[in-house]
Amino acid sequence: MNLLQDIKNLLPYKPPFLFVDELLEISQNGAKGTYTFRKDEYFYQGHLPNNPITPGVILIETMAQIGLVSFGMFLIKAHENPEPVNFVFSSSEVEFLKMVRPEEKVWVQSEKVYFRFGKLKCKVIMTNSKGEKVCKGHLSGMILKHYKV
Amino acid sequence: MTQEQITEKLQTIIAPYVEDKSALEGINGETNLLNDLDINSANLVDIIIDVEDAFDIEIDDDSAEKMLTVKDAVEVVMAKTA
Repeated sequence: MNLLQDIKNLLPYKPPFLFVDELLEISQNGAKGTYTFRKDEYFYQGHLPNNPITPGVILIETMAQIGLVSFGMFLIKAHENPEPVNFVFSSSEVEFLKMVRPEEKVWVQSEKVYFRFGKLKCKVIMTNSKGEKVCKGHLSGMILKHYKV
Repeated sequence: MTQEQITEKLQTIIAPYVEDKSALEGINGETNLLNDLDINSANLVDIIIDVEDAFDIEIDDDSAEKMLTVKDAVEVVMAKTA
């Protein structure tokens, strides 16, 4: 009966495209979680050869899986309702400040801007183990089911 | 506020969400926001929230679902401001 574990288990993603290790906090205002990039993530082979750097799109995906989808699952109480839910990513506006290398751990914190008419918009920040901001921005997604909140 | 004034104000709210400015020129009551103006459903939510602020009204889920064309949107606003 662990809420955070239940929410994580509901995520539709699987490796090599699951970028959530732990959900640390979740409330009506936002969610917090972590992910550690493995040394052998598939994308490091090509991004970039002999110079592995986590692609910005993967950082955005990590922010979305923790800050938007996990949070959205909680908001619609998906853990209490077995019906399948579909999330679609609708927009992102993100600035990148630091590079993320293999085996680095990142923390994602989201803060709700609004959740109305099935659209969840959040302010999301990613930080590294030094507490430095890696990237920040706004992400939005639609929950494709008619939920009253 | 008259129907014309509401329509005009709606057009200024919608304009920033439309990239193809020529599509805006041909706008009329039958114009479908999603299909004719290439607005995605997530941006339609933002438009509805902007409409609430601009007219100082609250739009519920059922009314929001009806706002598909310009005419539908004008009708929702008229009903709420009446």
